[in-house]
Amino acid sequence: MSGQGAERLKVLLVDDELGYLEVLNKRMSKRNLEVTPVSSGTEAVRQAREQSFDVAVVDLKMEDMDGIEVLKVLKMMDPNLAVIILTGHGSEQAAREGMALGAFDYLTKPCELGDLLTRIYASQER
Amino acid sequence: MQTARIRPAAYYRTLTRNLVLFVVVISLLPLFLTGAIILHQFKQAYQTKVEENLEVLLNKHRRTIDAFLIDRLADIRVLARSYTVPELQDPAFLKAKLGLLREEYNGVYVDLGLVDAKGAQVAYAGPYNLAGANYSTAQWFRQASKSEHFVSNVFAGLRGSPHFIVAAKKRYQGRDWLLKATIDFESFNALVENIRIGETGFAFILNRQSEFQTKPRQEVILASGAWRQLLQEPLDPGRVTIVERPDSLGQAMIYAAAPLKKGQWIICAQQEVSDAFVHLVQAQRAAIAIFVIGGLLIVVATLILARRLVRRIAEADEQKESMNEKMIEAGRLASIGELAAGIAHEINNPVAIMVEEAGWIEDLMSDEGPMSEETLSEIQRAVQQIQEQGERCKQITHKLLSFARKTDPTIKPVDINGLVGEVLGLVGQKSRYAGVKLTTALDKDLPRVAASPSELQQVLLNLVNNAVDAISSEGGTVKVTTSLENGAVRMSVSDTGIGIADANLARIFDPFYTTKPVGQGTGLGLSICYGIINKLGGEITVTSAKGKGSTFTVILPARQDSNPATTGAPRAGQA
Repeated sequence: MSGQGAERLKVLLVDDELGYLEVLNKRMSKRNLEVTPVSSGTEAVRQAREQSFDVAVVDLKMEDMDGIEVLKVLKMMDPNLAVIILTGHGSEQAAREGMALGAFDYLTKPCELGDLLTRIYASQER
Repeated sequence: MQTARIRPAAYYRTLTRNLVLFVVVISLLPLFLTGAIILHQFKQAYQTKVEENLEVLLNKHRRTIDAFLIDRLADIRVLARSYTVPELQDPAFLKAKLGLLREEYNGVYVDLGLVDAKGAQVAYAGPYNLAGANYSTAQWFRQASKSEHFVSNVFAGLRGSPHFIVAAKKRYQGRDWLLKATIDFESFNALVENIRIGETGFAFILNRQSEFQTKPRQEVILASGAWRQLLQEPLDPGRVTIVERPDSLGQAMIYAAAPLKKGQWIICAQQEVSDAFVHLVQAQRAAIAIFVIGGLLIVVATLILARRLVRRIAEADEQKESMNEKMIEAGRLASIGELAAGIAHEINNPVAIMVEEAGWIEDLMSDEGPMSEETLSEIQRAVQQIQEQGERCKQITHKLLSFARKTDPTIKPVDINGLVGEVLGLVGQKSRYAGVKLTTALDKDLPRVAASPSELQQVLLNLVNNAVDAISSEGGTVKVTTSLENGAVRMSVSDTGIGIADANLARIFDPFYTTKPVGQGTGLGLSICYGIINKLGGEITVTSAKGKGSTFTVILPARQDSNPATTGAPRAGQA
């Protein structure tokens, strides 16, 4: 895969769906990514405050904090952070709203892991 | 499917009947009243006319008869004054004078005679052998002796046939004499007998003792009834007395009487009322016939028009019902559409987990070398996770299908608390992401209501959807309450949302009226709710305070035979 170097990419994975978070973490880790999985927007913001990430993959709909809100905060904290929005919502309107707020790209659930990885690496080639 | 809600045939039959009755009464009543008033006025006028005619006729003949008697008396008085007793005692002289009178008056005079003060007829000219006849005991002689001139009643006398006498007193050389003439009864009778009033009317003359002075009429019963009563009354000499009474056979008659001969005689007339009023009766019959025919035409025309009108109304009702069905269905789809995004999210998450777990198994199996126990255990966990997520998808689709399949509009007993549970289950995901807390306060003893479960579910879904939509991103609460109040089931949906402006409140149930952004609301939801609740005989109201929230309340009549629906729902809690 392009972009695969000695230094592992640091990915912040944010999703309140624990099952999804767990399996995606495993698969991404297996593909040499340093994944920090968090299950809430609040936790994501806390992690971003403690360490820097190359990419954040954020679920749009979460109970405590909306994905768009998380995007806004993360971009405020680190404007260079690439944020990829994941949405299980039928409407793509919110995801496009996220693009307007500076998200790198969006994907709809369920998606191929290959597609997600392609976007993660593409975000680092900007 | 439609039969449960279309109005029954009896409704249209009643509508037709009421319509026909209304139009017929409104049309015929004025016609009837006008006809009755005109007929009454016409009857009054006609009665007056009949009485006036009778009065004129009777007065005319009274004058004629009085004139006849005065003329005859005058003839005799002239004879008595013009000639001496010796001349009048001469039979040849009397015969000559009788001849002249008979010639002049066409046989009215029957005979002439001179009677002395003792009642002996001293001279006679006439067809009978009455010379020397003695009238000293005759009633007419006694009455005539007392006055200067005299007209007797009709009597049979010595000749045995009806006649009457006209007599004038003559004083000659200190002694009183009577010159008398006998008047031909037939000639006198003809004066009255020829009077014809209509087809059944006739006239006759009576004296004060109710004895016929003209030929007796068999159809006149004097001893009883109207005549008896009339003849006992003191008749006004100047006018004709008219009364209308039934005769002894029950036949309605008009009786008229007027005095003549200075009140000694009475000229009488009688006529059948049906004959006197024949033209009135004909007019009445014609009017009634026109009224009946006109009335029948109005009734038939009204019946035809009412049936056509009611048929059109029934067709319009059917069309309206069909459109209502379509509108409700459209609203139903719109409600599902509003849920679709949330439901898609709910399904996409487990599907995404399944896809990733499958990918993870693939990852593990593609590892080189023998499969470790740890790897096998991880594969088992992944497979179990796929099964669990599949089950989760199944439950979601079942929940959705249970709503989508409920399309039966048939009215049946519905447990509202159960319905609340179903609907809150559907909007749970949407409300969760919108930061809206769903709470309930349900009366566990709530009786069932008669409604279509699918339609009532739609009402509740619309209200809860709207309530969730009304709450801003800061979050809030939607509370569904059920209770029994005054025999009616009350269900209210309250939210802590933005509230409704007063200007919008009045139009909130209007079709196609929405305050939601373009593309997010059809404007049909509340209109459909209103239609459904109204159709069930219920009521839907709204109260709202801008910035504080709104409460929609549905009141439905409780089924009388309903037992409380035990749903196991908490009396108050969080959905």
